[in-house]
Amino acid sequence: MSFAEKIKKEWFGNVRGDVLAGIVVALALIPEAIAFSIIAGLDPMVGLYASFCIAIVIAFVGGRPGMISAATGAMALLMITLVAEHGLEYLLAATILTGVLQILFGVFKLASFMKFIPRSVMIGFVNALAILIFTSQLQHFVDETWIMYALVALTLVIIYGLPKFTKAVPSTLVAIIVVTAIAITMNFGVRTVGDMGALPATLPIFALPNIPLTFETLMIIFPYALALAIVGLLESLLTASIVDDMTDTESNKNKESRGQGIANVVSGCFGGMAGCAMIGQSVINVKSGGRGRLSCLVAGLFLIILILALGNVVVQIPMAALAGVMIMVSIGTFDWNSLMNIHKIPRTDAIVMVVTVGTVVYTHDLAQGVLAGVVLSAIFFAWKMSKVKVESVLSTDKTEKTYYVTGQLFFASVTEFLEKINYNDNVTKVIIDVSQAHLWDDSAVGAIDKIESKFEQRHVTVEIRGLNKESSKLLDKIGGLSKASGH
Amino acid sequence: MFSNLLLAIDGSDHSYRAAKKAIELGKLSGEATVEILYVLDGSKSKSDVLQYGDSDSATRRRKEMLQPFEQLIREANLTYKTTIILAGTPAESIIKHANNGEYDCLIIGSRGLSTVQTMILGSVSHKVMKYVKAPVLMVK
Repeated sequence: MSFAEKIKKEWFGNVRGDVLAGIVVALALIPEAIAFSIIAGLDPMVGLYASFCIAIVIAFVGGRPGMISAATGAMALLMITLVAEHGLEYLLAATILTGVLQILFGVFKLASFMKFIPRSVMIGFVNALAILIFTSQLQHFVDETWIMYALVALTLVIIYGLPKFTKAVPSTLVAIIVVTAIAITMNFGVRTVGDMGALPATLPIFALPNIPLTFETLMIIFPYALALAIVGLLESLLTASIVDDMTDTESNKNKESRGQGIANVVSGCFGGMAGCAMIGQSVINVKSGGRGRLSCLVAGLFLIILILALGNVVVQIPMAALAGVMIMVSIGTFDWNSLMNIHKIPRTDAIVMVVTVGTVVYTHDLAQGVLAGVVLSAIFFAWKMSKVKVESVLSTDKTEKTYYVTGQLFFASVTEFLEKINYNDNVTKVIIDVSQAHLWDDSAVGAIDKIESKFEQRHVTVEIRGLNKESSKLLDKIGGLSKASGH
Repeated sequence: MFSNLLLAIDGSDHSYRAAKKAIELGKLSGEATVEILYVLDGSKSKSDVLQYGDSDSATRRRKEMLQPFEQLIREANLTYKTTIILAGTPAESIIKHANNGEYDCLIIGSRGLSTVQTMILGSVSHKVMKYVKAPVLMVK
């Protein structure tokens, strides 16, 4: 496919489907963008500007056509402390730095490093995200009357009930309209979006963050930017795989990483918060018929048009309606399948998943949860690999003993391996058969050296048998060195 | 005669029983074609990718899941064809596919969702029975 053909296909291969799906997505994006801004402790406009900028930029530079990116819960949850302690300007700077880090990630083609994140950690990640989105809504119920609970319940009933009767209109939109209408006409006096911050009906304008350009500033924003960059890519590449699967097509993960970075740089320059791809919205987009780049562009454009036109209506949306939508998002984000299968998967995978979730819920930091999960998986892996089997056979004349070693010899397994060698046998020759084993590192070579020298002291000949190519290479390289230095 | 059959499956034991009935039905006319239809729900893509790592592995698992069905039909000396609908909604996609083609009969297993699931999702087989124009055989 030539370049021009590719562009034509990605942009105009599915115009009708993309435009319709883009509109559906825009309607679903508005309440989420507002709610995520409020989670981060920001004015609703920051999330809306971010969603507008990111959706439009990613439509052009993303690697996965048909995927929707905007302001997300995962990112909002990471920036709460930064916003509370240093304010919006530092967040905008962190957003730009996040973008720069992601661009570097893409340029150096690090997407393949994602394979080091085990599946159980990814499952823990989405489940923890769902739990945090849910708990972030609990603050809206503090000191509220029964009216709040009733409106949230009504929102959820409409969201889940309406699709049973009609799928022509998005049920979230209907829920918000109905609940807003009820709250206004009955004059309940419940808290609204307007109470949470300003929502000026203006287009975002270009402005660099107003911060001192010092090393100190960098030290403040860098940890946040790094966490945002990692979590953003994690969710984006996961979403890209899901869209790949739903559409039976492939996508360029490194281009997507780069695109996410560019989108975040632009978002930060136009007063928006950092964002990433959204699993839920992308599923909605593809299910509604969106396949091409046009769908994300339409979503971004339609979102800003709606906000400019209906800003004064949007501020009257009760927080109860948004809390209802967020509870729905949380239920939709959670991987219920993993809960049903938890007794079927290996015990260690289940532990990794639970520890990932536990760490996130405890620290309120998705990045730390992922780190804990990856480290724990690595430990479990090393522990499983460190099981070495050693069988010993004494020859018929009782002068020769052969040890058959099966497994991986490396730093974690050598202790167990050495314990199984008996130096006090009354034999003249010992054979270590490693044809079913592999020597991996310095510790493995050291262990072999140790066995040789211990037996030599007792005047027993040692023969190492069945070294595979790599292992003998390693032995030659390091073993030779250590022997030479030993004399 | 029942010579062009559509078998909607979800990989469950119910659909395996449905496949056996579809074969019995197909054998009546001697030379029948059985089209295996599998609808991949949009949200199933998410849980599959999470469970199997990436799209390629998820696709491979799905093909593995379909194999016993294909084998069953092949062993019965009937012609088979496999259709996978991506990013669909099970009931709607089955209804659309069935009504767009010329089928003598649609065979579907009752999936046995729990009461709560049925309440939220609605019963796939009931919707299918109601809206598919061809005769429908629901296998319990």
